[in-house]
Amino acid sequence: MSAGPQALSLSFIRRETVPAAPPPVLVSGPLAWARANLFSGPGNTLLTLLALAILALAVPPLARFLVIDAVFTGANRDACRPDVVGHPVGACWAFVAQKINYFVYGSYPIEERWRANVFFGLAAVGIGWLLWLDAPRRGLGALYVFVIFPLAGYALLAGVPALGLAKVPTALWGGMLVTLVVSLVGIVASLPLGILLALGRRSQLPLVRLVCVIFIEFWRGVPLITVLFMANVMLPLFLPGDVTVDRLMRPLVGIALFSAAYMAEIVRGGLQAIPRGQTEGAASLGLSYWQSMRLVVLPQALRIVIPGIVNSFIALFKDTTLVSIVGIFDFIRTIESARVDPNWAAPTVVTTGYAFAALFYFVFCFGMSRYALYVERRLAAGQRR
Amino acid sequence: MKTIVAALTLALGASVLSGAAQAQSTLAGIKQKGFLTCGSNPGLAGFGVPDAQGRWTGLDVDFCKALAAAIFNDTSKIRFIPLSAKDRFTALQSGEVDVLSRNTTWSMSRDTSLGLDFPAVNFYDGQGFMVKKKLGVTSAKQLDGASVCTQQGTTTELNLADYFRANKMKYEVVAFATADETFKAYDSGRCDAFTTDASGLYAERLRAANPDDNIVLPEIISKEPLAPAVRHGDSQWADIVRWTHFAMLNAEEAGVTQANVDQMKGSDNPDVRRILGTEGKFGEGLGLTNDWAYRVIKLVGNYGEVFERNVGQGSPLKIQRGVNALWSKGGLQYGPPIR
Amino acid sequence: MSNSPSVAPPSRPPRVSPLYDPRVRGWAYQILLVLAVGLLVWAAIDNAAENLRNARIASGFGFLSNTAGFDVSQSLVPFAAASSTYGQAFVVGLLNTLIVAAIGIVLATLLGFLIGVARLSPNWMLAKLAGVYVEVIRNIPLLLQLLFWYVAVLSALPGARESLSLPGSVFLNQRGLYVPKPILAADAWAIPLALGLGLAAAIAYRVRARHRQARTGRQAPVGLVGLALVLGLPLATWGVLALVGADPVTVEVPVKGTFNLRGGLQLYPEFVALVLGLTLYTAAFIAEVVRAGIQAVSRGQTEAARALGLQPGPTLRLVVIPQAMRVIVPPLTSQYLNLTKNSSLAVAIGYPDLVQVFMGTVLNQTGQAVEVVAITMAVYLSISLVTALVMNVYNRRVALVER
Repeated sequence: MSAGPQALSLSFIRRETVPAAPPPVLVSGPLAWARANLFSGPGNTLLTLLALAILALAVPPLARFLVIDAVFTGANRDACRPDVVGHPVGACWAFVAQKINYFVYGSYPIEERWRANVFFGLAAVGIGWLLWLDAPRRGLGALYVFVIFPLAGYALLAGVPALGLAKVPTALWGGMLVTLVVSLVGIVASLPLGILLALGRRSQLPLVRLVCVIFIEFWRGVPLITVLFMANVMLPLFLPGDVTVDRLMRPLVGIALFSAAYMAEIVRGGLQAIPRGQTEGAASLGLSYWQSMRLVVLPQALRIVIPGIVNSFIALFKDTTLVSIVGIFDFIRTIESARVDPNWAAPTVVTTGYAFAALFYFVFCFGMSRYALYVERRLAAGQRR
Repeated sequence: MKTIVAALTLALGASVLSGAAQAQSTLAGIKQKGFLTCGSNPGLAGFGVPDAQGRWTGLDVDFCKALAAAIFNDTSKIRFIPLSAKDRFTALQSGEVDVLSRNTTWSMSRDTSLGLDFPAVNFYDGQGFMVKKKLGVTSAKQLDGASVCTQQGTTTELNLADYFRANKMKYEVVAFATADETFKAYDSGRCDAFTTDASGLYAERLRAANPDDNIVLPEIISKEPLAPAVRHGDSQWADIVRWTHFAMLNAEEAGVTQANVDQMKGSDNPDVRRILGTEGKFGEGLGLTNDWAYRVIKLVGNYGEVFERNVGQGSPLKIQRGVNALWSKGGLQYGPPIR
Repeated sequence: MSNSPSVAPPSRPPRVSPLYDPRVRGWAYQILLVLAVGLLVWAAIDNAAENLRNARIASGFGFLSNTAGFDVSQSLVPFAAASSTYGQAFVVGLLNTLIVAAIGIVLATLLGFLIGVARLSPNWMLAKLAGVYVEVIRNIPLLLQLLFWYVAVLSALPGARESLSLPGSVFLNQRGLYVPKPILAADAWAIPLALGLGLAAAIAYRVRARHRQARTGRQAPVGLVGLALVLGLPLATWGVLALVGADPVTVEVPVKGTFNLRGGLQLYPEFVALVLGLTLYTAAFIAEVVRAGIQAVSRGQTEAARALGLQPGPTLRLVVIPQAMRVIVPPLTSQYLNLTKNSSLAVAIGYPDLVQVFMGTVLNQTGQAVEVVAITMAVYLSISLVTALVMNVYNRRVALVER
């Protein structure tokens, strides 16, 4: 096998390499790629054709509806009625443009809407601070999100006459503002509560464990809509006769408890992933239970479950649409009530409203799910070493 | 830190609880709050509907305004809470609203087992049907086999079942939670017929894509005395609600209008003098001042004015007075004497 | 301390003040917690009782036997406003919830597996298409999708008198989907009986074939024989019945009536929209579950099976799928539960499910919020708990037995 010394006696040795021939067209390049991935066999070709057929069926009508035949400007329904304009009409974006303020703020008084805008800004700062993993002073960020922001946001939106902010009853809040308020309250309230429940479920004390298990399994076992009905109808009954709860507050209580139960299970997953040695090490250093949780276990566990928390936030964000069923004027409800406006009675108005809402939810949810994926990969990279 | 957060969350929650102490009497509670909370329809033209600026108008809304006028001499001291048919009774029972003025039918079971009182009927109504003109239907008797859209949790839903059963007709019911959904489902063709109180039919018809394509069938299949409702057990508050309505009726009967009320204050007619509080101490009996009815007429108007302005000839609904005329003109609205 | 009773007492542990004894503290915490929870519950019950008394709202479950007085469009059991009770309305709602959930689960599973496999397809285009489907559907709220299917699609359908005619005597209009309805004759019960017998026989054959294979190593055509038994027996029964007397199954085709089509089986638009919405939504989640399950089976398993000489078909059937199922089944079950719970969104589009009929209409007609809400929640809770229990048993059975 080995070449051996005889090789030296050969009279001819080629001294320069043969220039590399270009690869055959059918092995690399776009054509080869298509061949390998799309047309590698009769079955595969058939699948490709099927996919192409689906695309051909779905894309042109969508493009026609959303862009090509769409109406972008107009003051009332005449702009979007095919019998008036004389050609087929796709999406009636003019309707969305006309109602956009209603979709964003609901009936929030026009002269006070800057307050809602400031609230959006504060929320963006808080969310950015927490989600940006390398942000400075993230501890301060947590304090901001869980304490300062809720108080400031409430004061801003509901109004504090002493500070010159007129009171705005929650009945006037609406649209994306309410959607955002409901989901933020859900997440801000559910995280601390969920952590407590998760710790309780893993506690050594049987009664504590029992109470937490019952609480968690109860909320996870019933549909959110029944929780909202319960909060709406029964919460006032459970409180003393002379206390009434704000209409917006009731579903918030329901959502907070509901999402706390789901959050508890996510946090529990994180806690279980922390090796026992960490707790034991902390105990041997003389840390008390709460100290070891606060300083050693939770910081590690919560970091692991960031993707889970974000995913649960996505679910919560989508679930907030259910509050519209119990009469809260969230984004969906504003669309539902705008679509019955006779001034805008045109064939495609309903679909346009839904398409707009779908776009809104998709952009936020998809963005968040990409973020969760990014964090997951980054954390995995740290583990891989 | 977590406990601090939890405590703060709780504190925040508690601060949102509007501590509306309805201590002993509803009236005292209202005076203490400084405003009246009025449960209203989320949007029924002519009865209770907010405009884009959040200003409320309608017959039921004007009734709340009359109450606010009687209590505060200021019709702006009201907070309207829009309530769906499903939520309305719990909202009243739980004390969230002081009065439910929202085209609510007075029925025995509601009066006796829901813990409500219906002090006075402010609109006599009955259930009717609306259909598309192109169906060619002219009578409700021809609706055999039709599908009918109705709203959940209303007397309408029950009357509908009774009517079709009594006439041995088949039908398919499609029930929705809100009036919006119900009407829109009818308008988009899900149902052949839409049923609700006749007044509601006229109001909803205005919201149809093409109002003239729809007709209201002549049959009235039920009695629907629409009345404001209050919680059972506070007779002083029920009296205020009842007599506010009667004062508006008596004012119409005596010819006292929003325009001439100041002038009428000097009238010699003892009926007018008693209504307007220049004679007798009737308002004090209600826990109000004696000129309570004067303020109601001055700020809101008498019943006839309110009716015409909101649902009658002065409105797009153009509903005839009919049974809602004064008893002296052949109707059912009869105000017991103030004396 | 129970382990060393005979040993002479060691030097007693230093006396700890009960204040610092972890066990004492633990019990103190627990007692405090139970007291707090108890107090909260008691206060809530007390308040509720007082509020109900003040409002003179009736209480107790007696209302269930009162006459309902309203009608429900879709009911699987006979229901009439005049004679039926609130209790029967509850049954109607519950059955409607269960039927939507059952149909939704079957369809979502089929679609979900299809899309999940498509996502892993070597065909780039199909995989991407499946990926787009999953991302779009998962990131749009279910309620919005339901409203879209119900409101937007419904208004685009033709009216009742201009029904869209589909092949096979199927009609589609704003009143729903009309399909031919099978009418069963009196002796038709023999067919499901034959189906049951066929199923039992097929299972028995499979068990025997397995035993024989374990003993002798010889394989039997289980699939073919099973199929023949399950399909053949009922078909044969049908044939015999049709020969002997009248055809046991006749089909009623929808025809046009005054307002609408008459006859046939009418599937209400609310039902169709709900099933469609739930199926498409849940299928996206199931697809992800399936993908994760298949990816969880390591490549070495397939390669080893091929090395043993198994064909691709048996490799998939005997090696990959059983292992993937272990990963797939638990999250799949929770998707089934989610679908069942999500069917409560029916209330938004007027489908008479448990929540719509019971928590909506019955609650409003009776005003007995506490009882109605408690019953409804108890139903969903029992469905969840029973499923969880079954799941635990299954997990224990299929769990990897490690040394």
